[in-house]
Amino acid sequence: MTAFPSQTIEAEKAMQLLNAWLAPRLTSDAAAWLASQLAIIASGEKPMQLAIAVGLAPRKVGKTDLDLTTDEAEAGRTVREGLDATGWSVDQAARILLALASHRGDDEQFVVSLDRVLAAAEIGEQIALLRGLPLYPAPQRILHRAAEGVRSAMQPIFEAVAHRNPYPREQFSEAQWNQMVVKALFIESRLCPIQGLDARRNPDLARMLIDYAAERRAAGRAISPELWRCVAPFAGEAEVATLGDILRAGTDAERKGAALALNDCPVPSARAALATAPELAETVQSGRVFWDNIA
Amino acid sequence: MFIDPHAHMISRTTDDYEAMAKAGVVAVIEPAFWIGQARTNVGSYRDYLSHILGFERFRAGQFGVRHYCCIGLNSKEANNEELAEAVMDILPGFATKEGVVAIGEIGYDEQTALEDKYFRLQLDLARDLDLPVMIHTPHRDKKRGASRSMDVILEHKLDPSRVVIDHVNEETIQEVKDRGFWAAFSIYPHSKMTAERMAALVKTYGAERLIADSACDWGVSDPLSVPKTAKLMADSGISAEDVRLVTYANALAVYGKSGQMAEADWLSPEPIDQRTLYQGNTVLRGGQTPRMPQSGSGNE
Ligand SMILES: [Zn+2]
Repeated sequence: MTAFPSQTIEAEKAMQLLNAWLAPRLTSDAAAWLASQLAIIASGEKPMQLAIAVGLAPRKVGKTDLDLTTDEAEAGRTVREGLDATGWSVDQAARILLALASHRGDDEQFVVSLDRVLAAAEIGEQIALLRGLPLYPAPQRILHRAAEGVRSAMQPIFEAVAHRNPYPREQFSEAQWNQMVVKALFIESRLCPIQGLDARRNPDLARMLIDYAAERRAAGRAISPELWRCVAPFAGEAEVATLGDILRAGTDAERKGAALALNDCPVPSARAALATAPELAETVQSGRVFWDNIA
Repeated sequence: MFIDPHAHMISRTTDDYEAMAKAGVVAVIEPAFWIGQARTNVGSYRDYLSHILGFERFRAGQFGVRHYCCIGLNSKEANNEELAEAVMDILPGFATKEGVVAIGEIGYDEQTALEDKYFRLQLDLARDLDLPVMIHTPHRDKKRGASRSMDVILEHKLDPSRVVIDHVNEETIQEVKDRGFWAAFSIYPHSKMTAERMAALVKTYGAERLIADSACDWGVSDPLSVPKTAKLMADSGISAEDVRLVTYANALAVYGKSGQMAEADWLSPEPIDQRTLYQGNTVLRGGQTPRMPQSGSGNE
């Protein structure tokens, strides 16, 4: 597996957190509905109830943004390192909570119920349940769900796994990780919301990206400046030369990306290339331009 | 703005979506139906229902078209009892999902005993779940089939103001209107109903409870039927308000009774939808280039 520490979380703790997030955002009717569904699911008496409750959740609890306060978000990271609920909605949090209620102290049975609900999930349900990946117990045993999400042709489903989610960096093999990063570029999604992007850079990924960049340049197509972030530590003279070209003739965002990459590149010639754009070098070295704000 | 309340988009191309969005179609309803060939097991039925509620909805959203579904077991496949039993078990779980606006399209094909059995069971389901119903009327023995469908619906204590009888024609419209149902017309290039005949019917019967749809699928059909019919009706002197009722507002009124479809969905979508499912209508946004799925986002 990977050298990255895997977080495990107890279903109980995750449920407490979600309940605390949801409580101030639900009407008394919605809260009563949710509590009743959680009780039925936890009892295990009606196997179909999870799918039905997950389906009904938006119309029962509403679809407004979860919009956590700074303190609430911080509480989330304390319970689960790397947890990022940016962009979540109230119904998504409720759907994750419902899924957790089916755990009932048994990892194996949780995997079965998650498989069953995802097998017939519509697009909004899939997005919600995949955003919950970091909150599920037994993370290794749901790897197939994350892998399936990344394989999706639906960009928001891909992003539910790839973006603002600590799960991939902790659980994906290098091959899975590399496929996810390359695919993000391929479908013109963003790299910066991927957690652990710098920490999981590797030579094989850099090689794939260098090939991909060459193919795009040959076809006269634009290359996301974010690509170079994963290439920089492994760049050779040829890549430094390419980055130098971009620094001279690229768009604003492309030039910033090239400058950041050259600044991060161990090849001695990279320094000289960066020095050809002194004002850009200065913004990069002073930290005013960084990977999250280039575009 | 137009709504096409009967379109099997699963068998249409991206060119169709692009053309529909450009012509002003803001929303489509995809009824669960036969796919041109019989399914042999419940797994393929489940995947089909997931597909129209998943990838198809996503695809539509990429072109600025809102996508809704009707969930049901169609009459042809109701004749395979083993399949029908298994499908009935999974229907409640699908019918309660987001964006499901009706049970449909259900009804009769050959009017067999098995068709009758599963038609009735699904009417019960619609009543239990408080969902509108879309009725497919048979191509053969149409008049009797339509009449019988309405008898059974009333027998099952469904409110006709929540039921759309589809594929109506000159022969069946009077009874459908008299009995308080909505009458939908599938405007086909060669058969079923033409835009000219539709315009004549609106002149005769008025626009109340009349709905135009394309019923476009894998056969010869036209996904632009609704906007084309609107134009033809306007050109033939039908008032703008009546055109709006037949090609937009009536469908919204009846399928909106599900609580799953509202004008705000396309005029002011929820932020979460805008971020994930729906790219906004290009016509409403003033003719920008439609956001195309990037090359490679299909079969990479
Ligand atoms: Zn149809």
